[in-house]
Amino acid sequence: MLAGAGRIRVRVEGIVQGVGFRPFVHHLAAEYRLAGFVGNDTEGVFAEVEGEAAAMASFVADLSRRAPTLAQVERVSTEVVPPTGQRGFGIVASVTGVGRATLISPDTATCPDCLAELSDTADRRHGYPLTNCTNCGPRFTIVTDVPYDRRATTMAEFPLCADCAAEYADPQDRRFHAEPVCCPACGPTLRLVDADGAPVPGDPVEAAARWLRDGRIVAVKGLGGYHLATRADDEQAVSALRAGKRREEKPFAVMAGDLRAARVLVDVPPAAVPVLTGARRPVVLLPRRVDAPVAASVAPDNRDLGVMLPYAPLHHLLLSRLGTPVVLTSGNISDEPIAHRDDDARERLAHLADGFLVHDRRIHVRTDDSVVRVFRGRELPVRRSRGYVPAPVTVPWPFDRPVLACGAELKNTFCVAKGRRAFVSHHIGDLENYETLCAFTDGIAHFSRIFDVRPEIVAHDLHPEYLSTKYALQRDDVELVGVQHHHAHIASCLADNGEPGPVIGVAFDGLGFGSDGTLWGGELLVADLRGFDRVGHLGAVPMPGGVAAVREPWRMAVAYLDDIYGDAVPDLAVVRRHERRWSTVVALARSGTNSPRTSSAGRLFDAVSAILGLRDRVTYEGQAAIALEQRARLDERGGYRVEAAGPVPFVDVGRGLVRCVVEDLLADVDPGRIAARFHHGLADAVVRAAEAVRESTGLTSVALSGGVFQNVLLLERVVCGLETKGFRALVHSRVPPNDGGVCLGQAVVAAARHRADLAA
Amino acid sequence: LAHGAGGKATHTLVEGLFVEAFRNPTLEALDDAAVLSVHGTRLAFTTDSYVVSPLFFPGGDIGDLAVNGTVNDLAVSGARPLYLAAGFILEEGFPVADLQRIATSMARAADRAGVQVVTGDTKVVQRGKADGCYINTAGVGVLERPVTLGTPHIRPGDAVVVSGPIGDHGVTIMLARGELDIEADLASDTAPLPGLVDALLDAAPDVRLLRDATRGGVATILNEVAQAAQVAVVVDEASVPVRPAVTGACELLGIDPLYVACEGRFVAVVDGTQAEAAVAALRAHRLGKGAAIIGRVAADPPGIVLLRTAFGGTRVVDMLVGDPLPRIC
Ligand SMILES: [Fe+3]
Ligand SMILES: [Mg+2]
Ligand SMILES: [Zn+2]
Ligand SMILES: [Zn+2]
Repeated sequence: MLAGAGRIRVRVEGIVQGVGFRPFVHHLAAEYRLAGFVGNDTEGVFAEVEGEAAAMASFVADLSRRAPTLAQVERVSTEVVPPTGQRGFGIVASVTGVGRATLISPDTATCPDCLAELSDTADRRHGYPLTNCTNCGPRFTIVTDVPYDRRATTMAEFPLCADCAAEYADPQDRRFHAEPVCCPACGPTLRLVDADGAPVPGDPVEAAARWLRDGRIVAVKGLGGYHLATRADDEQAVSALRAGKRREEKPFAVMAGDLRAARVLVDVPPAAVPVLTGARRPVVLLPRRVDAPVAASVAPDNRDLGVMLPYAPLHHLLLSRLGTPVVLTSGNISDEPIAHRDDDARERLAHLADGFLVHDRRIHVRTDDSVVRVFRGRELPVRRSRGYVPAPVTVPWPFDRPVLACGAELKNTFCVAKGRRAFVSHHIGDLENYETLCAFTDGIAHFSRIFDVRPEIVAHDLHPEYLSTKYALQRDDVELVGVQHHHAHIASCLADNGEPGPVIGVAFDGLGFGSDGTLWGGELLVADLRGFDRVGHLGAVPMPGGVAAVREPWRMAVAYLDDIYGDAVPDLAVVRRHERRWSTVVALARSGTNSPRTSSAGRLFDAVSAILGLRDRVTYEGQAAIALEQRARLDERGGYRVEAAGPVPFVDVGRGLVRCVVEDLLADVDPGRIAARFHHGLADAVVRAAEAVRESTGLTSVALSGGVFQNVLLLERVVCGLETKGFRALVHSRVPPNDGGVCLGQAVVAAARHRADLAA
Repeated sequence: LAHGAGGKATHTLVEGLFVEAFRNPTLEALDDAAVLSVHGTRLAFTTDSYVVSPLFFPGGDIGDLAVNGTVNDLAVSGARPLYLAAGFILEEGFPVADLQRIATSMARAADRAGVQVVTGDTKVVQRGKADGCYINTAGVGVLERPVTLGTPHIRPGDAVVVSGPIGDHGVTIMLARGELDIEADLASDTAPLPGLVDALLDAAPDVRLLRDATRGGVATILNEVAQAAQVAVVVDEASVPVRPAVTGACELLGIDPLYVACEGRFVAVVDGTQAEAAVAALRAHRLGKGAAIIGRVAADPPGIVLLRTAFGGTRVVDMLVGDPLPRIC
């Protein structure tokens, strides 16, 4: 044996199984001339190597530095063991046990190698729409149980042919232990059927492309569910799709064949390129080009367009055959969850799809497409789902006991957490829908099983009517922890940034149940993971008619204008438009009948949107606020100056801003300028309020969370203002600022309270 | 103590405190009325207190409510109401003329329902200690039919029937407070139901359960049924009878008619095969013209009320914990 030689035992934790990690270790050992072995167990990957000390050090460093595309190495630990004089390197059999600490990879976009095979006429997988390898393909959506193994996926029903079996068993092959591996000889097959279920003769992709070219609607089975596709530039087709889906105005996403095709539709700044072309393939909201060949009804009243690139082989085949972008929207009606089972999809979508492009690989877990914006070079998640889930969100503090956090009500996600990992679920949706509620309860059971988390602490919102709260309260034999909604938002932002606080927290959203039983949503907190003080908030105004005021933003205009002007409301178009019901809604607001008071920032946006004549009614959540952001002129730099300090910082800001809006409107200022000045005025008020809180607390970091901070116009001005004044601004990049991130906040708050109890 | 809208908060209070304190099998059933066997005669016995603002409203007043409410609790237990007791708590300075008006409408309502007010009590409390006039009534009735009504008899496949359009009373009261300046051609549905119950039981002997849909409305009743019988109740939104004036007012007020109180409507769970006959019999009666089958009982998911919406979606209609509060973020 050579001088300086030794042997070490290595453990690698993280997403390291089913991603080609063992062959990678094998290659690495060969490169550094190390002997030993590598294997999988319930904790991840284990290995022992023997050789030169320097070589072993480089080997260890490279384990995380050069890890395979899909791997996420969380920790590499080593210990010295006595050398055995072993020669050569081997992959040893997997060790199974009781623990289930290993991680499952998210579903991943087709890799360049598979793409090359797809278009290589000589390859046995040429044109095969379900090809995949260790570096790409379906994962989370097909996993039925643990340990992660072909038997525990929906591919179990497709026995490997001899060729595939050989690739699967060969450590040198890209498909070594790729659980979903298959080929045209042994794998699922693609079919095109018409609306009645009758097979359409000929090549399914060719025929589907022809139908799409003719302006028809085709349901396409994707990774996480069914999509409905139609030509993006065909107004008639897109309108028909809207009518059939009963989705009036909410923007549709568009799939472009490649980056070049995407650039014809939207401006792609350099920072957005890796997001758009990366392995996770979210829908990216980007500025639409004025000359984009996209039908008006794809994204009405929106200067942004949601664009994604193909992520399944089938998308690549279809888009390249078709040659034009398609609207690719979730296969559902109205607010129902996306269809993912074949019979159900057939039943629900047959009335609006001309055909179904389907295969027989079952989808076990339904996941929607993820949606992100790009803010200062980083992702700002709007919906975290396919491609991201179930990769854990790691935090610097341990969950001493396993936690389940039930999340909010709309845009629900839940999470299970243990160790330093929070497994935030895929987008579940609006729990009031029964199918969605089932996805919530089934999802919790599935996550608890596959990540082996038996919750001892269950965190929930304080809203007594949230079905997620009611679910939590039904769970016995666990410790329940109620977490205030906006505290959860701020805590989620802290967890997202790996910071414990305390911070100044600005939580702006539609509504959340406050600690005092009223509805909050324009909150200035001083918070850490354990608790918070409400140091400021927008002044509360009534929501005349409760939920009706959410659906009809003009009612919030009534509430604000009545609050400011009483019986002397100026002669505004919004008043004239609603002349018939105005006094009734004023009376409703004043009487308090079903008109709870709220300090919500979202409702302030609603009021301004209605006053400017942008939206009187909404057909999807946040529509009025989005319209206001989209309408704001980007060349307007001015902002309204309103008082944000005072004994209760922020309390007069809403009223002050609305007053400025009205004055400008009466002076015939362009609504686009007013919208911009409103955004800037609110942002400046946030900065001044933060300064006031800094004066009394000395805190210099500000966490920005809540659905309103999806608004990048507001976010940019706030962050810029804060930085100018010497603050650090914490924004989201791993979970959404909206209610899709609330569960993470609940989980870290519950864990922090538990740690504090232990310490006490 | 929170002000209850008849939802889960009140439930928790009643079950946690009173049932605990007075524990006995009759009370534990938590039915609208207690069914008692006295020397071989089956009696139904119930009590209810009436607090309403305003005291007078289109279609009735607190007096009608006090009689009809207790009469209806007896009727939906399958009993023929016989006698009532009435207790009054009056605020000092309450106008005698108003009390006279209330007494007159009580007498008229009792007459219509075929009952007599046979005993009573009056207390006057200091100004500000009561909101004008509170009334408590108690009543006894006799069970002459061999029927046994109750949630244990409910089976998947049963039909859910309402005896008329819902929400008239609750919306009328809200508008009658005069703060909203909404014009609506509406009156309370307050009415005695014994005759209508008779008509129903004659036509459909296999009625499983009757409930009057008062506080918390039809949605609350259905949740109670689903939970007690551990069945699903699946309601078809389009078939729920609601007057256009009620729909309009509810839209304006932002409330769901399914949660609005009625004072002269019942919900019946009927053997599915007798549902058509039941509705026909109800519709033939003056008080049941708007009766309709609104849904079905199913085995799954137990304890849950689902609403099939006009779009074909399925919404969970939950029991409210307190006052309706927006959930939207
Ligand atoms: Fe929120
Ligand atoms: Mg009663
Ligand atoms: Zn691949
Ligand atoms: Zn094969």
